[in-house]
Amino acid sequence: MTLRFRRPEAHAGDLIFSWVLRGAAMGLPALLFSIAFFLFQRAEPAIAKFGWGFFTGSVWDPVQENFGALPAIYGTIVSSFLALLLAAPLSIGTALLLTEVLPRRLASAVGFLVEMLAAVPSVVYGLWGIFVLVPWLRQSLEPALARNLGWIPLFSGPPYGVGMLAAAIILAIMIAPTITSIAREVFRAIPRQQREAALALGATRWETMRLAVLRSGKAGVFGAAILGLGRALGETMAVTMVIGNRPSISASLLEPAQTLSSVLANEYAEAASDLHLAALVEIGLALFAVTFAVNAFARLFLWRRTLGRSAR
Amino acid sequence: MKTLLSTFALLFVASAQAAPQPLQLNGAGATFPFPLYSKWFSEFNKAEPSIQINYQSIGSGGGIRQFLEQTVDFGATDSPMTDEQLAKAKTPVLHIPTVLGAVVITYHLPGIGKGLRLTPDVLADIFLGKISQWNDPRIVAANSALKLPADPILVVHRSDGSGTTGIFTDYLAKVSPEWKTRVGSGPAVSWPAGLGGKGNEGVTGLVKQTPGSIGYVELIYAESNALPYASLKNRSGQFVAPGTRSVSAAAAGSLKKIPADFRVSITDPEGKESYPLGGFTYLLVSQSMDKAKGQALVQFLRWAMKDGQSLAESLVYAPLPKELVKKIEARIGTIVLR
Repeated sequence: MTLRFRRPEAHAGDLIFSWVLRGAAMGLPALLFSIAFFLFQRAEPAIAKFGWGFFTGSVWDPVQENFGALPAIYGTIVSSFLALLLAAPLSIGTALLLTEVLPRRLASAVGFLVEMLAAVPSVVYGLWGIFVLVPWLRQSLEPALARNLGWIPLFSGPPYGVGMLAAAIILAIMIAPTITSIAREVFRAIPRQQREAALALGATRWETMRLAVLRSGKAGVFGAAILGLGRALGETMAVTMVIGNRPSISASLLEPAQTLSSVLANEYAEAASDLHLAALVEIGLALFAVTFAVNAFARLFLWRRTLGRSAR
Repeated sequence: MKTLLSTFALLFVASAQAAPQPLQLNGAGATFPFPLYSKWFSEFNKAEPSIQINYQSIGSGGGIRQFLEQTVDFGATDSPMTDEQLAKAKTPVLHIPTVLGAVVITYHLPGIGKGLRLTPDVLADIFLGKISQWNDPRIVAANSALKLPADPILVVHRSDGSGTTGIFTDYLAKVSPEWKTRVGSGPAVSWPAGLGGKGNEGVTGLVKQTPGSIGYVELIYAESNALPYASLKNRSGQFVAPGTRSVSAAAAGSLKKIPADFRVSITDPEGKESYPLGGFTYLLVSQSMDKAKGQALVQFLRWAMKDGQSLAESLVYAPLPKELVKKIEARIGTIVLR
């Protein structure tokens, strides 16, 4: 299907407008490709030297000029998915409360407060993390986890406070408003009649939410979660401040780690050697690739689901 | 409308005539001396309104890069350029030391305030992770007056690349052969132990909150936040506390081995009163410059060696020793104006 503005009697204005639109539509993908090209070009020395080993190596040594990004890739993916795991139930629950339970006026007040969380700059989250979250983790939560669940590798090791868990919690708080407000819009878009139908069949309030709201909104909520994940993958400042910045891969959530963006934030300003700089740009390339892969996977998943439903 | 326009035009012409455009010099680089430099540039501008200096504190690595690409009139760095980098420069480069910085070992031991004493080998082994308890006999040996707890040591280091790390690892590589081969030195290294905090405030935050921790920060940061610091044993066997005076003493103690291009490390220096963890911070200027800008920059450099030095101490930067200032002034005189 092609959309054409041009007709035999088309006005000059229409023509210009159509070209402006085309330019705008082509411009954004072109920008994406030019960024990818730029990253490739600048990362070239590191790509040439390390090849695929860059993505499987786990040593990051600027002195010996030996660079491997695996711990950072691991840290990025684990911290983001963990954040999503924490944020998704919280956000979906909040969105349900806002659309299904609270009276309209109260709901808009609460909704406004939730959205305010998204307006807090990430460095403020980082500072809050250092001075409030991290001490609490070290003194209360992490010793308790280690005491009761320490036999699981996931919760072993000394309680530093900073580490993967702290990063995931900060990220969860940062992405919750995004997921909440999109999920809320999704639920709102579901026709009233569906809820009424469920109620008429004798469903309880919870069953109505489950059958009429959650089930029909599934695809949209999934999309909301993916947008939240996208933000978590690229988040830099707050994570850098609480993750502990150690290039290691550990099963324990209490151990320090690092992410792709935290490596960039930490080392870019003082990187003097060409290879170090190229390795950092390749880190950027890896971040680009990880974000792209996660988004593409999510789109595909979403597309299959929605397509499957409309065909039924 | 016309009258309004012409009034604007008149105003514009008048203001342009009243204040001739000052000559702009642009620089970029090290973050460590930024508080001092911004004070210097504003004071210098008061003394010499026809010259205005802009400075972006983007980090030493960025400063060297921008200077090599000639996008700035001067660069600034905490660690001197390497021979490899110098070879890339289009014109010969001068390193002009401006002041001295130092690194302070800070720690958090409940019940023990100031007064920890560390020897070089113990410090290196703590950061290598080989000494892991506060009551290790080797720490106790130098601190018989303190009751050190049987707690684990938590090492905290900078996670971001930094001149502070450069000075600190340079020192450890000098005093510990094992550090030299296993870790090496530079603004960012692969740490054998501990946690990384971002910036001085990140390290300080972790050390302040975690009992049993030890870390390193810039002198100026430690002084303004009243952090407890350790005295370090220098080459003469004296335990010396960090401070502007003991850092200047370190530069004075190293005078003999300072080469003509001033590219030198003054960690682990000679001298009874020398604090061993100090270093120069430099401005990078071209040996030959175009006349207007070169003249202005030379004028500023001369000012920095005189009036600038007396401003340094109030901002907790260690001034250069007098003998060295003379050598630097002679060096500034070699700048060629085209």
